[in-house]
Amino acid sequence: MSAVVVTGIGVLAPGGLGLEPFWEGVCDRRSAISELTRFDTSGFPARLAGQITGLNPAELLPSRLLVQTDISTRFVLIAADWALRDAKVEPGTYTDYETGVITSNACGGFEFTHREFRKLWTTGPAAVSVYESFAWFYAVSTGQISIRNTLRGPSGALVAEQAGGLDAIGHACRAVRRGTPMMLTGGADSALDPWGWAAQLSGGQVSTATDPDRAYLPFDTDARGYVPGEGGAILVLEDASTAASRGAQNLYGEIAGYGSTFDPPPWSGGRPALGRAALLALEDAGIGPTDVDVVFADGAGVAELDRGEAETITELFGACGVPVTVPKAVTGRLYSGGGPVDVAVALMAMRDGLIPPTAATAKVPDSYRIDLVRDAPRPADLAHALVLGRGRWGFNSAVVVRRSPRLGSETP
Amino acid sequence: MAAMTLDELCHLLVAVAGEPSAEVASTDLADTEFTELGYDSLALMEAAARIAQEYGVRIPDADIFEMRTPRDLLDLVNGAPGAGDLPAPVAARP
Repeated sequence: MSAVVVTGIGVLAPGGLGLEPFWEGVCDRRSAISELTRFDTSGFPARLAGQITGLNPAELLPSRLLVQTDISTRFVLIAADWALRDAKVEPGTYTDYETGVITSNACGGFEFTHREFRKLWTTGPAAVSVYESFAWFYAVSTGQISIRNTLRGPSGALVAEQAGGLDAIGHACRAVRRGTPMMLTGGADSALDPWGWAAQLSGGQVSTATDPDRAYLPFDTDARGYVPGEGGAILVLEDASTAASRGAQNLYGEIAGYGSTFDPPPWSGGRPALGRAALLALEDAGIGPTDVDVVFADGAGVAELDRGEAETITELFGACGVPVTVPKAVTGRLYSGGGPVDVAVALMAMRDGLIPPTAATAKVPDSYRIDLVRDAPRPADLAHALVLGRGRWGFNSAVVVRRSPRLGSETP
Repeated sequence: MAAMTLDELCHLLVAVAGEPSAEVASTDLADTEFTELGYDSLALMEAAARIAQEYGVRIPDADIFEMRTPRDLLDLVNGAPGAGDLPAPVAARP
């Protein structure tokens, strides 16, 4: 079976518009968490977010798309444009049915819908945009990317809160293995309007800290919840042999394995299933725990969840048996965008031989027994990375990323 | 109610559905098919809703899917039987 390689990446996330600037910011521990400025938050208990700044979608997308898209859809369309440009696929390389799209979305189009609901309440049903019919929903990212780029092969949309982005990548990987030579995959979210913000706060895990540098502290003794962010990433996946035959210039690495599980109901007393998702992904990649050189953890920033993830990691790899990092500490949690951004960062870490740090975390409880990379990037020879994601209400997903032989010094 | 002009229609289309996807000379615009301009049936439904609000003319859904060009749409608006008969929009209760 031919490998599935990543040949294009578009990152659109807080702190970095584009893969390289984002990667630099992550390594420099430049936090993009700040006061939420989209609306007056003075009545809200949480007021910090990871926001995308310095981007004007009107300069990047046609106005016919602007009138019918939520901000989250604009983000994912722009990230897809960047990923395709990065992959440098010449027109005509593949037919429309040889290319597909599978994305994830967790929040839907909150801002767009909030605006249309306001019209409904103040003016009446006739004033509501006809585009509301699809602008709100989870599959719109996949649909709009497909239409804009004429990708008519396999398509799908996965919803699994913060785990969903990894699910999309896993399912796109399967589509390539089944014979579709190129897939676009990933995800992005944004729900930083008053309604979306209220919905996020209702989950009860958003940090109410006021100091941006101490608000989202994965695995820290002072973990106090997470900070929501916006944005995400889109990856171009290709069959390695067809990518080679078209002369693909970027071979960032391979999506080598994927696994997902669902937690047992809380009242059952059953064990959380994150470890089983990781093992499924390792098995899919044909490797064992000792082959993993770094773990990109979910890093909930909620003490109970952090402890559970630390237990899973030590069960798989032993006490302090593998470096662990949470680069999303600088962006906040991006929901469907989180996993794809982590995979992009893992690929850059392999390229540069650097594990990016977990920005703000200062002290990890000894009982966690994990080797969390903090303070500065850690040089390391990385052949395999395990990326973990957990979604609210029991979703667990894991992706194994393998260094591309052509990029590394040795064959993994 | 004054007749709707081509210019007004174009402005309305841009406002509700964005700029046309093709550059068309203004003299040819009236007879260029909506599909060529990049306006799909949703764009036309959105335009019809706005026309009902601003001009008081209701265009039946069936006609929306029949019309092909801006001229067809203008003819419907300006020649529509019952134009101006549309009851005023009922504001939602607070």
